[in-house]
Amino acid sequence: MAAINRDDVAHLAQLAHIEMSDEELESMATELAVIVDAVKSVSEAAGADVPATSHPIPLTNVMREDVVGHVLTVEEALSGAPDAADGRFKVPAILEES
Amino acid sequence: MSASALIRSSAAVMAAKLASGEITSVELVQAHLDRIAEVDGGERGIHAFLHVNAEEALAVAADVDARRAASEELHELAGVPIAIKDLIVTKGQPTTAASKILEGWMSPYDATVIKKIRAARMPMLGKTNLDEFAMGSSTEHSAYGITRNPWDLDRIPGGSGGGSAAAVAAFEAPLALGTDTGGSIRQPGAVTGTVGVKPTYGAVSRYGAIAMASSLDQIGPVSRTVLDAALLQEVIGGHDPLDSTSLTDPSTGLADAARLGNVAGMKIGVVKELHGEGFQAGVENRFNESLDLLREAGAEIVEVSCPNFKYALGAYYLIMPSEASSNLAKFDGVRFGNRTLPTDAPLTIERVMAATRAAGFGDEVKRRIILGTYALSAGYYDAYYGSAQRVRTLVQRDFEAAFAQVDVLISPTTPTTAFKLGEKIDDPLSMYLLDIATIPANLAGIPGLTLPGGLADEDGLPVGIQLLAPAREDARVYRVGAVLESLLETKWGGPILDQAPALASTADEATAKIAAEEAN
Repeated sequence: MAAINRDDVAHLAQLAHIEMSDEELESMATELAVIVDAVKSVSEAAGADVPATSHPIPLTNVMREDVVGHVLTVEEALSGAPDAADGRFKVPAILEES
Repeated sequence: MSASALIRSSAAVMAAKLASGEITSVELVQAHLDRIAEVDGGERGIHAFLHVNAEEALAVAADVDARRAASEELHELAGVPIAIKDLIVTKGQPTTAASKILEGWMSPYDATVIKKIRAARMPMLGKTNLDEFAMGSSTEHSAYGITRNPWDLDRIPGGSGGGSAAAVAAFEAPLALGTDTGGSIRQPGAVTGTVGVKPTYGAVSRYGAIAMASSLDQIGPVSRTVLDAALLQEVIGGHDPLDSTSLTDPSTGLADAARLGNVAGMKIGVVKELHGEGFQAGVENRFNESLDLLREAGAEIVEVSCPNFKYALGAYYLIMPSEASSNLAKFDGVRFGNRTLPTDAPLTIERVMAATRAAGFGDEVKRRIILGTYALSAGYYDAYYGSAQRVRTLVQRDFEAAFAQVDVLISPTTPTTAFKLGEKIDDPLSMYLLDIATIPANLAGIPGLTLPGGLADEDGLPVGIQLLAPAREDARVYRVGAVLESLLETKWGGPILDQAPALASTADEATAKIAAEEAN
């Protein structure tokens, strides 16, 4: 497995939508390299014949009655929004204007 | 009984005094609010609470007293106050997850466990401190300041639920709620000399607990006695249609198990991989003492091996950040939480999101999101997340093989006692190693309990003993835990917290600070 470097962290930060300064990228790359090195033994521990476990106690087809359940009013749903208008969430520009 | 003696009682004793009319709930709640005012504030205060809910707690208490006076049938714990980890959403009190991104956020709904606490008429004293989004083992990663360990104010109270554990250890609350993803209830319990339980995955609804790693997270009780934890798990447990991973098992029989009082004939397994090398000598000594006591009480102690546990920490630190990076994507500055604008144009949503998350999240949260994004990215998914999920199967098989031989497993809860504040803050990996004995239970979804096992010889700080049982057999950890607790307390001549140093009042300092702030 490849070591993690500053450019990797910059790419990951972009994917994760977190703005990072050069200093942060540097220190994060150093810390993550140590952590990634410590966890790499995991990839050698289990062979391909071992099935993956996604949940500790498997449950299947968990359904509920098809009736209107717990819903928030528009007012409640918008109560914690940083910006709202006309009963809707208000977001900054989706596209950059040219 | 004086107020200072009253707050040191167990929740079960408080409940009995309320039922007999010896005390009122208003008196009981006020005694705890007074204690919070005395020891929680100021520079050297415990700082277990991020928010104190005095008005509502007293109103609920007054209502319980009125109902009791009218001979109404009430829940056993009605009128007994409780503190809530600030990762669990509550109407009427802010929920911050100890993050700047949720500063001042008011949830429009209650978590299922909060609805159950309200239904039992337990007054909520307030919200307790934690590592931001429960990411940490020391409560030093809170955006709102550290919490101090009541045993030594210069040491960590554990984490992420350091606030709940410290509140209970400092007699600011008899009971608290915690959440446990890799040990966040049990590890703080161990280092503060208190009791904490991670129930079977799905035994307590997670609806309304702000998710970190959904396949590992579990809400559970924090208390000073095993019986109190059992009583609280019975209140908060049971099926919830709002949580699709919730089990249908009833939440009963736990307090009865704690009251059973014998372990004769039970087989208890010592996990070879969870003690010895890497564990502090004083922790080993107290652990061996507990084994002797259980043996004398008629239990059979055998050694079992769980060879794949050596991969558990690595698997955990891939699964947890992967799930966390996905769960925390919702904090985008649109629907809830704070929004931060970039300093320069253009103000597009992508840039606003990146600036919001940069300003709102602390270092540890960013570290885990980046690590999780890495583990889930194309080309690495199989090698990291896929492998970690296969290790999870191996850990489960180890437990299955162990529980085919024994009824419960036992280990120290943590490899060391509480370390000094600041000691490991710049070394994330050594911080992660603290959870080595607690993580396997989360990977396998099984119940785990920690109880105080005494004080380490070298530093006089509390040591935790962990008991583990098969999934859905939570009653077993309560049964064995209560017996061991009683044997140890007989040996000590009282609860371990009787040996904790008295806390100096910080009330004057805290009042002066508030007055100074008001003057500004």
